[in-house]
Parts: sequence; structure tokens; C-alpha cells
Amino acid sequence: MTGGPDLLIVGAGPAGMSAAVVARRHGLDVLVVDEQSAPGGQIWRNIETAADTSRAGILGKAYSDGADVVRRFRASGAGYLPGARVWHLEPGPRAFIAQNGVARCIDANAILLATGAQERPLPFPGWTLPGVMTVGAAQILLKSSGQIPDEPVWIAGTGPLSLLYAIQLLKAGGRIAGFLDTAPSANLAGAFRELAGAFLGAPGDMLKGFGWLMALRRQVRFIGNVKEIEAIGNEALERLRYITANGRSATVDARLLFVHEGIVPTIHPTLALGCKHIWNAAQDSFAPDLDTWGETSVSDVFVAGDGARIGGAQAACHLGELAALRVAAKAGRLSRAQLAAVAAPVRKRLKAALAIRPFLDRLYRPRSAVFVPPEATLVCRCEEVSAARILEQAAAGRPDPNQVKAFTRAGMGPCQGRQCSYTVASLLAAKEGRTVPDVGLYRVRPPFKPITLAELAALDAGAVIP
Amino acid sequence: MFRKLQSLDEEVTVYVDGVAVPAEANESVAAVLLRQSPVWARTAPVSCSRRAPYCMMGVCFDCLATVDGIASTQTCLTPVRDGMLVLRQKGRRSVRP
Repeated sequence: MTGGPDLLIVGAGPAGMSAAVVARRHGLDVLVVDEQSAPGGQIWRNIETAADTSRAGILGKAYSDGADVVRRFRASGAGYLPGARVWHLEPGPRAFIAQNGVARCIDANAILLATGAQERPLPFPGWTLPGVMTVGAAQILLKSSGQIPDEPVWIAGTGPLSLLYAIQLLKAGGRIAGFLDTAPSANLAGAFRELAGAFLGAPGDMLKGFGWLMALRRQVRFIGNVKEIEAIGNEALERLRYITANGRSATVDARLLFVHEGIVPTIHPTLALGCKHIWNAAQDSFAPDLDTWGETSVSDVFVAGDGARIGGAQAACHLGELAALRVAAKAGRLSRAQLAAVAAPVRKRLKAALAIRPFLDRLYRPRSAVFVPPEATLVCRCEEVSAARILEQAAAGRPDPNQVKAFTRAGMGPCQGRQCSYTVASLLAAKEGRTVPDVGLYRVRPPFKPITLAELAALDAGAVIP
Repeated sequence: MFRKLQSLDEEVTVYVDGVAVPAEANESVAAVLLRQSPVWARTAPVSCSRRAPYCMMGVCFDCLATVDGIASTQTCLTPVRDGMLVLRQKGRRSVRP
């Protein structure tokens, strides 16, 4: 097919919107496709509607800041397809999307994947019970639907998002039954070494974070150094059991539990495309192997934002700008010298935006049970496969995740391994004394987002069906 | 389980397993399911235990339901529409309706 855009951007979050604005500034024809019904990504979700409501005050300035980026994106002249799922990618590059019940194929001179992150899978016994949700999910409900829990909630987790949501929930009039801080106290020594860099680089964010922590400790029951949690109930969550590192254990009544252990890059698209990936040890996650502009090992396919490495919204904007500049240069809109000159200040701002990350990565590194859960835990939520069954496979001499998948169905359900891939790799690695990057993840195959047969049947005539 | 901070803006009606429930234009079907009692979206294919929306961003697939006749719809990514028919999904999907 011909007549595709110069740049196809997947994702209308901070990275995708910033890239679109810069690419348009340099005269490129840009098309942005996004799964959500409005621009903003997860961080600025529903910002256009929520900006003028009381919610904006509850969510804070970092959320409201998104309104300006969305405005500039809307005014950029980039094409925009909301409610569109990308379900397959090919070198070329070529993308297959489904929108409004129709599938189609788009050839572009370059593709930028700005697909962000997902919350790190955090299996524990009972995590599939209704009443257990992620902190990210609860925050999305506040942003997009203006709703909060109607009874006291337990929050268990680490990371800035857990603290931020707890503060937002209190501001919104919600109640917190208790906050279980699951960051191992052993993280403090490593984090301490990064403290000076974080304070010098991001004094405002550091003070804000300490402010949240102090406020929470003052206002809610705060239990630190929690090592294990278990959700108990029949049809829904009824009780929560927790054990701290120093052996304190308690079982409490609970109807709602929000959990969070940080976020990891979305790598399904780049895995499906066959891009080379690296292991990011500081963030315990895989990431696409990128050059300094965000280009993957597959020519003219770029990644920017948290999909490249977890860095937050500001860093994502700058990574999106850099990728767009490189695409513009490749298209002949910028000379080499111009590219270097325009990129230099962006790189400087990127460095500043990332200054706090080494501290956060060390302070909030998840406890070991997040990676290797107790044997009774369901590892694959979709096909209901326990950790014990994965370990049996390892004992039977089937060390490859794809073999484990074939024998147990773990990873074959609708989420396609988004919730169990890391855990299967970690379990196999732990059992065999290997490392997670050595074990690797499942092979990802198209369609990596669900499409109906009717959508597939409506695929443009003349397009190559994968 | 959840409540709205403010009264519904642009109220529409959706039908959850045949019961008319109020919703707000453009919010997700999953958000509506989380205001019902008891909260659940589907049952798991092996144990038939209940599942509810978990991630709200399209990566867990526990919020799947049959929406306007289309099975296994990700309700967290589906905005409500007036008159929408939502059926909680039980067990494995079949090719036959």
C-alpha cells in the first residue's frame, strides 16, 4: 500500500503526543493511533474532561500539566485515530490496526511505538479475587470516571504511585484502612548512595515524595517492611493476611485491596516484531535495545517513553521529541548539524528529568516474593496455572518458557502472557540457578491484541494477511 | 464497591445482565461494573471462580464480558453507550453463540 504517513505513532501519551508535535513542526505527515477514547495516556488520562472539575485539584499539578501537552497535540495537525488497537507489526514498517469493527493495514516511512508501561505483575495467593485490584487501576477510575472506593481500602505496595494515590484518595474523601509498605528495608542502603544525586537533580520531587510519606504516616495505619501478603475469600476478598520481615503476622477484615510494585515497559509490540531486547537490571525488566534516538534493531521502528525504560512523563516527552527529530532528519527535513543542534537542549532536559530515577529504582526495588511467589499462587491468571505446576515442569526437564506454555497452557489465555511471562521466567530461573535474561520470555505472536473474525474479514483488499 | 464523587453528568442507561443501571457517557463499562453489587465481570474458564476488573488498562483481561453481542470484550477499554447490553461472561467462550 502507498500513501501512508511519514510517521505512524502508536500511543497518545506523553511520548506519542510530544513526538507528533515535533514531527509536525518539521513538516512530516503524522498519524497517531491510540487505544483510549481520548489523548493523554495513562498518566494524563481523561485530562480534557477532568481538567475543569474538582478532580483536577485532587489529582494535583503533575496531572493538570498534561492539559497543555494535549492542547498542543490537538493543534499540531497530526491525524488522530482514538479507540484503535494495533494487533500486528511487520518490518517495512507496517502496522495492522482495528478500529470501529474494521481491520486495516498502514504502511509508514517510520513507526514510533509510544505504548508506555504496564504495572509489574505481582502474583500472590488470592490476587485473582474480586476486591483485589492494582493501585494503577484505582487511580484510572478516579481520573476517568471520578469514582473512589465506598469503604476503607488496604493498600499494599511500593513505589511513588502507591503513595500518590493514597494521598489523592484521602484528598477525595476516601478512607484507608491501612498501608502496607512492601519495600524491603535492605533497599535503603543502596538508595542512600543515590540520595545526593536525586536531591540535587530533582529537589522538588524529592520534597514532594517525603511530604506524601510523612502525611500518610500521620494519617493512616502504616506498616513497613511487609514481606508477604495473602488475599482470602470465596467469591470475593474477605480477609487480608500479611507478614512483615521481622515475623509479625496479622489477618484483618478487608473488602478492597489495592496492590502495586512499580511498572515495567510494554514490550509485546517489539517482541512480536522481533526487535532485539536487553535486560535492564536496575529496573528488573526487559526493554527494547535502542540507539540514542530510540531506534530499535528493526530499521525505522522507534520506541519512546516508558516503553523504552521507566522514566516518567517528563522524560517520556523528551524521548518522544528526540525520536521525532531523528525521523525528520532521516526524511531529509533536518541536516546532521541541525539535528545535533536542536537535540542538544532536549538531551539536557532529558538528563534532568531522569535524575531521580536511580534513587527510586533502588528504594522501590520489589521484594523477592514478587518475582518468585509461594507455590500455591496462581501464576497465570487466565488459564489458572499455579507456581507449583510451573516448578514441576522445570523438574521434569522442560526449562524453556515456550515448552512450559505448551505443557501447562500458562500464557495461552487472553492476556497472552502479559501477567505471567515474567513470573514463569523468574520461577524457572530460581529453580535452575539461572538468570531471568538467560531464561527469556514467551514468544509473542500476532494478533497481540484481540480482534474479531468480522474485523479480520474486513481487512483492506490488497493488504497482506499475516 | 466504588462510588462517584459527583452526581452523574450526561446520564445514560446500560443493561447489565438485563438490569438497567445508570452510567455516565464515555466512562468505561468496567467502571460501571465496579459500582454494582456484587462486583464481577466474568468467571474463569477452569475453576469458574468470579473475576472482576483488575488493571483497568487493557493488560489483565479479567474484565472481559459480552458487550452488544460481542464476547470477550475488554470492558475497561469500551466506553458506555446509551442502551448498551452487557452480559457477564461465564466460563470458556464457544464459537457458537
